[in-house]
Amino acid sequence: MSVAAQDTAVSTGRITRAFIYLILLLFALFYLLPLYVMGVNSVKPLSEITGGNMMALPKEWTLDPWRSAWSTAQIGVNPTGLKPYFLTSILMVVPAVAISTMLGAINGYILTKWRFKGDTIIFGLMLFSCFIPFQIVLIPMARVLGMLGMAGSIQGLILVHVVYGLGFSTLYFRNYYAAFPTELVRAAQIDGAGFFRIFWRIMLPVSGPIAVVCVIWQFTNIWNDFLFGASFGGTTQPMTVALNNLVQSSTGVKEYNVHFAAAILAAIPTLIVYIVAGRYFVRGLMAGSVKG
Amino acid sequence: MAALPEADFRTKLQDWLPKLVLAPSVAVTLFFVYGFILFTVVLSFTSSKMLPSWDFVGFSNYVRLFSLPHWHVALKNIAIFATLYIVICTAIGLMLAIFLDQKIRGEGVLRPIYLYPMALSFIVTGTAWKWFLDPGIGLENVMHQWGWESFSFTWIKSNTMAIYTIVLAAVWQSSGFVMAMFLAGLRGIDNEVLKAAQIDGASNWQLYRRIVIPLLRPAFLSAFVILAHLAIKSYDLVIALTGGGPGRATEMPATFMYSYTFTRKEMGVGASSAVIMLMTIAAIMVPYLYSELKEKKE
Repeated sequence: MSVAAQDTAVSTGRITRAFIYLILLLFALFYLLPLYVMGVNSVKPLSEITGGNMMALPKEWTLDPWRSAWSTAQIGVNPTGLKPYFLTSILMVVPAVAISTMLGAINGYILTKWRFKGDTIIFGLMLFSCFIPFQIVLIPMARVLGMLGMAGSIQGLILVHVVYGLGFSTLYFRNYYAAFPTELVRAAQIDGAGFFRIFWRIMLPVSGPIAVVCVIWQFTNIWNDFLFGASFGGTTQPMTVALNNLVQSSTGVKEYNVHFAAAILAAIPTLIVYIVAGRYFVRGLMAGSVKG
Repeated sequence: MAALPEADFRTKLQDWLPKLVLAPSVAVTLFFVYGFILFTVVLSFTSSKMLPSWDFVGFSNYVRLFSLPHWHVALKNIAIFATLYIVICTAIGLMLAIFLDQKIRGEGVLRPIYLYPMALSFIVTGTAWKWFLDPGIGLENVMHQWGWESFSFTWIKSNTMAIYTIVLAAVWQSSGFVMAMFLAGLRGIDNEVLKAAQIDGASNWQLYRRIVIPLLRPAFLSAFVILAHLAIKSYDLVIALTGGGPGRATEMPATFMYSYTFTRKEMGVGASSAVIMLMTIAAIMVPYLYSELKEKKE
């Protein structure tokens, strides 16, 4: 079912249409403006920003800000650039997304096809955990990570993100599987297929679209997280924390061009995921995945 | 019919297997979510400072919390921020969705442009807007360069206006997301209903006001719930954009909790502010989730 094929039956006049196009274009400019500003100023020498116009194209193009942001900029006390933090983020995101998505899939399968007394309450409890303000868990989490010896480690961050990502991934798969005919599962059961066999052979093969939706969501959320990274990262900080340290640093000259390059570097992974698979996001919404 | 003992065992195992597989997730949720909530609630009734202590002091942390000027600033800010953020995002999202739904050429290009900010971290958004709104190098400077010498835009440096820059950046980030939710809702409406109303002579305005918007009720509700909880949780954007400043002018409950717990070492007060945040979100989410789950059951 393609999105474009089912526009509204409402018809509009010529002037109204011109007005609609105008508004739509103005908003497109509004959304693109910060990206343009970041991009254009990340390839300018600093003097052109402080002494020039932020909207202007560079007179002298340079990639030095990018090089600096990546490998030499002062982050905290070390002039390491964002490179090590980028690596930390990757090492944190990939396992956290994989684990929370797999658990979400199997949980969703159980909660829809192997229903038992009290399953709605369990789902409700997991669902509510998506929406808690994470401030409520910061203090005990810091202590538990300390006791487990995982404070300031990538493993600790993975644990945190899996735990608090579980609610959403379960929600996605549960709602998706709810629409899948239970009769097929029952038929397979009568044919002698067991719990795992049905999951592998029947449920997983049809789970592609929702898996993409779930992976996009988890990847974006975990990559973009700041609160947990800043609270529990210690010296193994993810990209967002490093970027903030760089931008907020009060020592030395403010190198705006480096800040912009760094901001784009922090944004690139999620932007790529969005550009490559963004349509799945809308599709996921249409499948009702945001609704409980 | 008497089943064979092995078959009986297999059936039993098959009965238990789903619960067994689900158990770790449930255990993790109970411990890390509900156990931790309980821990923080208990902590909020103790005299904990830098480290947790078990010296119970009743409601005195809450009394102290509501006597702190910082907390009042935070409450006032969250009220302004949440209201404007929810209303403006919903308005822009609904407008863009309705406009995009008019067989627009280039919809495939526009939609991703509206949506991409949602893929960015609030820290990136904050950095971009922080410099764009900075009077020295940003918009004000640009206008001066373009010859509008008297142009002044110093909200981000102003005690009273800085909170609105957070609204601006947050709306920029989330309104496309709301647009996508409404668009999905609009595309789910049966065109036959609209055609029937048109035949009855309804104008476009009536069509939307009387038929389409009421049909979008679930999308409104979802948008409200998602925006409300995002607003109450907003921490990153404030840190990146204003750092809670100038002074403490853009303090929010989330930044308040963090600074009182970890910087000022008043863990009891910090915990009590977290409990207030949780209760506010619960007041919105619990009825919503309850009704959603209830509906599904029927």
